[in-house]
Amino acid sequence: MTQAAPPMTGRQIPDRLVSPAKRALRSWEALLLLVGVAIFVANSFASPYFLDPWNLSDASFNFTEKALIAFAMAMLIIAGEIDLSVASIIALASTVMGAAMVAGLPVPALVALGLLTGLACGAFNGLLVAGFGLPSIVVTIGTMSLFRGISYILLGDGAFTGYPEGLAWFGQGYVWWVFSFELVLFAVMAVVFGLLLHRTNFGRMVYAIGNNATAARFSGIRVDRVRFILFLLTGLTSGIAAVCLTSRLGSTRPSIATGWELEVVTMVVLGGVSILGGSGSIPGVVIAALVMGLVTFGLGLLNVPGIVMSIIIGALLIGVIALPRLWKMVRK
Amino acid sequence: MVNKGTPLVELKDISISFGGIKAVDHVSVDLYPGEVVGLLGHNGAGKSTLIKCLSGAYRADSGEVWINGEKVEISNPRDARSHNIETIYQTLALADNLDAASNLFLGRELVGPGGFLDDAAMEAETRKIMGRLNPNFRKFNVPVSALSGGQRQSVAIARAVYFNAKILIMDEPTAALSHKEIHELYDLVEKLKAQGKAILFISHKFDEIFRIADRWTVFRDGQFIGTGQMADVTEAALVQMMVGRAVDQIYPKRPARIGRPVLTVSGYGHPTEFEDIGFTLHQGEILGFYGLVGAGRSEVMQALFGITRPSKGACRVGDEIRVIRTTAQAVEAGIVYVPEDRGKQGAVKGLPIFQNVTLPSLARTSRAGFLRLAEEFKLAREYTQRLDLRAASLDQDVGLLSGGNQQKVVIAKWLATKPRVIILDEPTKGIDIGSKAAVHDFMSELAAEGLAVIMVSSEIPEVLGMSDRVIVMREGRIAAEFAGAAMTPENLVRAAVGITGEAA
Amino acid sequence: MTLLKSREAILALAILLLLAVVATRFPAFVAPANLARVFTDTSPLIILALGQMVVILTKCIDLSVAANLALAGMIAAMMNGAGVPLPLILLVVIALGAALGAVNGLMVWQLGIPSIVVTLGTMTIYRGTIFLLTDGKWINAHQMTDAFKAFPRAVVLGLPVMGWIAVAVIAGFAVLVNRTALGRAFYAVGGNPHAAVYTGISVGRTQCAAFVISGALAGFAGYLWVARYAVAYVDIAGGFELDVVAACVIGGIAIAGGAGSVAGCVMGALFLGIVKNALPVVGISPFWQMAISGSAILIAIAFNARRSGPQGRIILKHAEHRA
Repeated sequence: MTQAAPPMTGRQIPDRLVSPAKRALRSWEALLLLVGVAIFVANSFASPYFLDPWNLSDASFNFTEKALIAFAMAMLIIAGEIDLSVASIIALASTVMGAAMVAGLPVPALVALGLLTGLACGAFNGLLVAGFGLPSIVVTIGTMSLFRGISYILLGDGAFTGYPEGLAWFGQGYVWWVFSFELVLFAVMAVVFGLLLHRTNFGRMVYAIGNNATAARFSGIRVDRVRFILFLLTGLTSGIAAVCLTSRLGSTRPSIATGWELEVVTMVVLGGVSILGGSGSIPGVVIAALVMGLVTFGLGLLNVPGIVMSIIIGALLIGVIALPRLWKMVRK
Repeated sequence: MVNKGTPLVELKDISISFGGIKAVDHVSVDLYPGEVVGLLGHNGAGKSTLIKCLSGAYRADSGEVWINGEKVEISNPRDARSHNIETIYQTLALADNLDAASNLFLGRELVGPGGFLDDAAMEAETRKIMGRLNPNFRKFNVPVSALSGGQRQSVAIARAVYFNAKILIMDEPTAALSHKEIHELYDLVEKLKAQGKAILFISHKFDEIFRIADRWTVFRDGQFIGTGQMADVTEAALVQMMVGRAVDQIYPKRPARIGRPVLTVSGYGHPTEFEDIGFTLHQGEILGFYGLVGAGRSEVMQALFGITRPSKGACRVGDEIRVIRTTAQAVEAGIVYVPEDRGKQGAVKGLPIFQNVTLPSLARTSRAGFLRLAEEFKLAREYTQRLDLRAASLDQDVGLLSGGNQQKVVIAKWLATKPRVIILDEPTKGIDIGSKAAVHDFMSELAAEGLAVIMVSSEIPEVLGMSDRVIVMREGRIAAEFAGAAMTPENLVRAAVGITGEAA
Repeated sequence: MTLLKSREAILALAILLLLAVVATRFPAFVAPANLARVFTDTSPLIILALGQMVVILTKCIDLSVAANLALAGMIAAMMNGAGVPLPLILLVVIALGAALGAVNGLMVWQLGIPSIVVTLGTMTIYRGTIFLLTDGKWINAHQMTDAFKAFPRAVVLGLPVMGWIAVAVIAGFAVLVNRTALGRAFYAVGGNPHAAVYTGISVGRTQCAAFVISGALAGFAGYLWVARYAVAYVDIAGGFELDVVAACVIGGIAIAGGAGSVAGCVMGALFLGIVKNALPVVGISPFWQMAISGSAILIAIAFNARRSGPQGRIILKHAEHRA
């Protein structure tokens, strides 16, 4: 630095102006948590059955499987992609498990095949998107039909039933007291994905790609490899969800998990993940899953039918995004 | 040019602020028929903001706009049009998927009976006006995405002229043009001037301003600094007004010890972009790459950096032959690239500064794949300080920084990887003079430390002022190489345009 | 433009080939009367796909069309039950559909919410509303008047009214998209929103207009659907939005906006319609349809991407001649 005056050079820039704690307090996640707590309190007043631990545990089944996929989907959406084929992957994975059961394979093989099918479907999506550079939204609309379509070809209007006893544990078993296998899996996966997204190099790359994929590539990041891995992850979590769901239902039909892709995306967006990519967090998705679970459960206790709940979820999805924007407009 | 009578446009005491920061602070500008006013000032000086107020993209917080002696309100692009104001934006505002005629009439289509579009009439009109403005234009029925920068520009200008614009605002109109096209543009501007149009011409290039402007107006930090006739001003005086302090030495090139070869490229070729590219780069050397826009310089550099793949040739870094097919491999080999297009390829906007800096160095700052924020801050602090970055904090979004400071973040990002070769593609294009000097200074320092530097630049003073050696490219090939006394503006330009006889 | 045309030509060729293959085994399939039947059967898909097309042209997507269709269809059936005359019913369902589309469009325009989020939400809300209105009850054929059911099925010049409506909508769209300022605006907004704004076109308003058009068509199709199948309940046309998007994608409408044609879109819908109708004829289980449609989508996007993929700049002189 030859010419600039000394106080101009190398001036100290503070690391942070706002502490992470303060930032967290003002975050979307904090707001959502508040909503969740409010719903929880309201529910516990509305129905005497709500606070029963076993009831709460039962209620968790309505979101754990979707939440598993939502974790991976959150990372994928943060990276600027989307996978609409997840529910169809469940259908195909479950169908493969059913076929393996008919062939007389043991439980561990069924589980392995379910997971492998998920991975294979994810790899197929990943290849088309990351390998051939096709837009993920249309690719996965295509594979959404293709994967479930294969299920229909194999099963028609039939069903696989009579899964072995051993499989039941994944969807119906309890690890300890009221904590079901699925609930524990949900917690473990939340931690695993939380660490992966927020504490590893890989997670950092996901954010970089979501904010500006070109600049990420110009920074030496193997963008396509990251994208491919993300599709593998949604495939794998869909495979896991397929194992849990098949075990819980004890049967496979090609129409299994129909419409789940939209519920998963709703969960992710509700959790504060920008559908345009670049921002969002796993804690947000965890809270969103809990909020959606609580709403569904609370209304269920009040005998509100499922379709009405879906209206509320839909309104919640739009409302949480629209209200802050409306507020801004009104203030201006 | 004598400024008598009523000005065509008067901006009176305009102020515009964004989030409490005054982008334009009580500024007044006037413009008379038949004159070209060159608007000067570095990035962030408020030029773009001010013209957006005239084109209806922004509304002024206070102040008045007068057209032809009458006070008017311009609150959207339609209003601007109704006052015959047209803007030729930096990134030309054409719909790529539509053809010339559709673009020309976009939003103001000619309709036939029944209110349906009259495509035949629109095309005929387009042919007529293009014949007047740019007789060489032939590409009528193809999407404008297939046109060159100059052709697209002439469509944009034709649109303005056709709709009888009296006031034309040109925001860095030559940025994407070739040498020949720039001269065609100058001729066009002369024609428009002769027709009595008033033109506001924004540019960073002094030669351009001196070539076509009648009057200058300088802004600095959102404030009006001065205005006057071109004839009465010198380049140095303008620079001083823009910077606010005397810049005695713009090119702080220090003599460096040229060491061993670091990068040897031989026979590099690509099917459509370049051919027979071979050169050697040494430690401590700044190698300039000069050429006209579109000569293939950036393309060669991006191939070296693993963005595109060369179809033939070899690349040796140090003593090893390297096959570079991805950017990750380039970084590994010690070759890094500061791109020309900062907005799209440089900084990752949305991520904080420190994360931008550490992005290619994560392997070093992390442990077993897990981030260590303290290490990241340390690394970011070290390099941003070295580059004299101006920012509120290191976890501020890089997108909030000025262009010059974003550029510093990108350079810091690469230096943190401890590269052997750094390629800077138009490193000072579109950044303010203060940052420009800092970048030059720093480049010099890096070379002195033994780094090998390639600088792609279209500004002759910069190339001559900073380089130890200059390679000139033309039409995808190396046209010439100059060193020492042979490095003259005439030689560079001749090689770039392919003249062997008289100087251009 | 030649490139676009050739894309449509290839799709047309694929459709002809498909028909030829089916015809070699079952000539009756290509008899005019049967083709008219297939066309009529595909009409709702064509109508909705055209509406979807203008939405996609503006860089948006409308996932709520099937729910809109179902809601409008239910309202039509209920009004019919209440003795409202058919012309008024038609007017109301079109207005209702347009209003539902406007809700989507306004949220995209005024609040700047991404269309995929908006329509994901409204899709569940619209469908849920049917349940709130009916308590989940069905309206069956015997609860509908004959006039209500007969209109789309009435045969005029060998083609049922429903088919004629599709023809009219196709013609209308050909004019709208190619010969009106609004049509041009759809392309401009999708091609370069900045350019559109600069030329005085409001991006949000144009997108909103696309949603209104898409919604109005969905509402109209709602009546056609309910009248033709003579039943209305919550889940009619469930998942149909994906068929609609699929028809657009196969028809070469670029999901990134700004590119696509009416002809392509119609052929995309016809392709799916022909597959659906041909499968049972050639003795393939209808359960194959989904997988075939999925594969067709993938082939279509791979094909479109290959044609429009980014090439390097042409700088070398001799490369210019080769290109």
